[in-house]
Amino acid sequence: MSSDRLAVRKTYKLYVNGAFPRSESGRSYEVTDHKGHFLANAAWASRKDARDAVVAARGAFGKWSAMTAYNRGQVLYRVAEVMEGRHGQFCAEVEAGEGLSSGKARAAVDAAIDRWVWYAGWTDKLAAVLGGANPVAGPYFDFSMPEPTGVVAVLAPQQSSLLGLVSVLAPVLAGGNTAVVVTSKERPLPAVTLGEVLATSDVPGGVVNLLTGDSAELGPWLAEHADVDGIDLTGAPAGRAMEFEREAAGTIKRVVRPPATEPDWTADPGLSRMTPFLETKTVWHPIGV
Amino acid sequence: MSSPFQYAPAPESRSIVDIAPSYGLFIDGEFVDGTGEPFKTVNPATEEVLTEISAGSAADVDRAVAAARRAFTRVWGPMRPADRGKYLFRIARILQERAREFAVLESLDNGKPIRESRDVDIPLAAAHFFYHAGWADKLDFAGLGANPRPLGVAGQVIPWNFPMLMLAWKVAPALATGNTVVLKPAETTPLTALLFAEVCRQADLPPGVVNIVTGAGETGRAVVEHGDVDKVAFTGSTEVGRSIARAVAGTRKSLTLELGGKAANIVFDDAPIDQAVEGIVQGIFFNQGHVCCAGSRLLVQENIHDEVIASLQRRIGTLRVGDPLDKNTDIGAINSHLQLERIRELADAGEAEGAHRWQPACELPDRGYWFPPTVFTDVSPAHRIAREEVFGPVLSVLTFRTPDEAVAKANNTTFGLSAGIWTEKGSRILKIANQLRAGVVWANTFNKFDPTSPFGGYKQSGYGREGGRHGLTGYLKGAAQ
Repeated sequence: MSSDRLAVRKTYKLYVNGAFPRSESGRSYEVTDHKGHFLANAAWASRKDARDAVVAARGAFGKWSAMTAYNRGQVLYRVAEVMEGRHGQFCAEVEAGEGLSSGKARAAVDAAIDRWVWYAGWTDKLAAVLGGANPVAGPYFDFSMPEPTGVVAVLAPQQSSLLGLVSVLAPVLAGGNTAVVVTSKERPLPAVTLGEVLATSDVPGGVVNLLTGDSAELGPWLAEHADVDGIDLTGAPAGRAMEFEREAAGTIKRVVRPPATEPDWTADPGLSRMTPFLETKTVWHPIGV
Repeated sequence: MSSPFQYAPAPESRSIVDIAPSYGLFIDGEFVDGTGEPFKTVNPATEEVLTEISAGSAADVDRAVAAARRAFTRVWGPMRPADRGKYLFRIARILQERAREFAVLESLDNGKPIRESRDVDIPLAAAHFFYHAGWADKLDFAGLGANPRPLGVAGQVIPWNFPMLMLAWKVAPALATGNTVVLKPAETTPLTALLFAEVCRQADLPPGVVNIVTGAGETGRAVVEHGDVDKVAFTGSTEVGRSIARAVAGTRKSLTLELGGKAANIVFDDAPIDQAVEGIVQGIFFNQGHVCCAGSRLLVQENIHDEVIASLQRRIGTLRVGDPLDKNTDIGAINSHLQLERIRELADAGEAEGAHRWQPACELPDRGYWFPPTVFTDVSPAHRIAREEVFGPVLSVLTFRTPDEAVAKANNTTFGLSAGIWTEKGSRILKIANQLRAGVVWANTFNKFDPTSPFGGYKQSGYGREGGRHGLTGYLKGAAQ
């Protein structure tokens, strides 16, 4: 590529129901790098976009949750494969947005890709680890198994724009849930690129919906939405988490409270981000002839 | 329908119980007077006042939480896990030894038939303690990582429908995992919890490990909102559950909610009708229908509707409604006047909205709170009796044609606690069980419970599980499900 070639810039849009719409509100906002230089105009998602995303996520839940665990694992692994091919692009976006050295940006992207691999391997082990037969005192076969909670709203971390995002999104998907994600407000660009990866990774449309914008604006609507079953408040704006949790109580949502400060996303996540959005179903049947 | 059988009364003797004229709160191993306004508990079958109960004020709750904290820090937390387990084994054995006394007291205070308190509530309560006793020194093997730690002080609020059993569901896992407890029994059914306090003393359980603070909603709120409580566990209505979830929002408190339900009991046309009818009866009339997981919506395949309803009505005609202490009684008293009003209101709404009410000819006692077993046919999914939890002996019948329609109707509710499936086809059971959004699915059976079996809801029926390995997680730090 000759240096005098004028680059074709990308339009950063929302990712909803497998498509890349602009915000229905027509709004956008300026995204800058850590030094304040212009990077892009991102779509500024509205309440209506959030509601559309919930409809998409609900529509996708039946197919995604009914997929075999093996198949779901392969799809999540495919996300890692496709991300690997865009490694350089992710590094550039993370470096610009988070102000990391190129080495640290690369480490964050590496870790994000590896996180998909880790969760991809979990899909067909959860039932064995979290479920099982219950030795009831009577002539009954009784077993318990984990099932996805449903549609989960995720307020993604504000600082870690890719590794943090993947660390909260992948566990929700591994369990079979569908997601409506509000990305980092200041650093939304890697999320949009992740949307492009998801769109080409056999993840059915609507399973993941990515809204760039302000979790302070969208959080209340998602917290109170009656067709959202759970909410991860990790990226809730400072001082708003309690209010969102109260809103979520109106429909008995499963809530993941935010930590006091954004965690170290390189740490081993264990099961702690999957189990809050898994239900346990117990089935009984008589034993007899 | 008049019964072809004549029954002689077969009353269980109440001489086995000794009810004091008044009761205090059980705090730090002692009975103390509460500083709230005392209240009376009545026998709902006769409206006889049984005794006067202390009400815990916020100050009393504060003392109870302080006692629980001390016991957690100094005694119960540091104790060898095997010894914690041995205390629980002791409690389980004492409950078995005094089972009949507990059963009679439960039936007197709650109104449930002695057959159920004797054969279900109390044996299961003892089983819960026995089961969890064994966990106390085996938590490393529960799949939650090495040495999982207790949360601290658990504030627990329980309902009136299974007073002693709900106590066991709450107290046994909390103690087994090393927590201490402040328990608030239901206002209308405090007596077995107070008798349990005596069991704790007989077992030499260290003071403060279990504290029992009686009272009404205000007392419960003080427990739930207390700043030094680490864990809140609640069983009761979805409405109160919402307010509790709001109250603990933004705190460090871990929360388990076991709330209301509106379970579908689905009968396919290949089901063995007689067995299904027994299951329908067991599903909705067990414990007067005061069951969160009651099979209150019968979904029957359209082509067998008339046959099932005829058979069901014949069977209901043989149910005996009356004296809870009579060993032949199938359906006892409604627990309170308030609940009776609620049932009446919803049943009236069912008729007003166009459903058809059927009740057997049965004589109800003159005194006490009674509601006959009731079946509504021609119920539409929009009717209140198809959407709201009646918590009484009222069955709403809806029909379906295809399995898909059955699943859609079954899941068409904000609740998700339980469901039933009746069919002889195994593959259909497994498919439908997968599709139902409910925490417990009974196939060709209903209303079965066991301490090894996790119980709890989807959606607005709550979160967290009670029983089994899963039930431990609500009482341990950072525990996976």
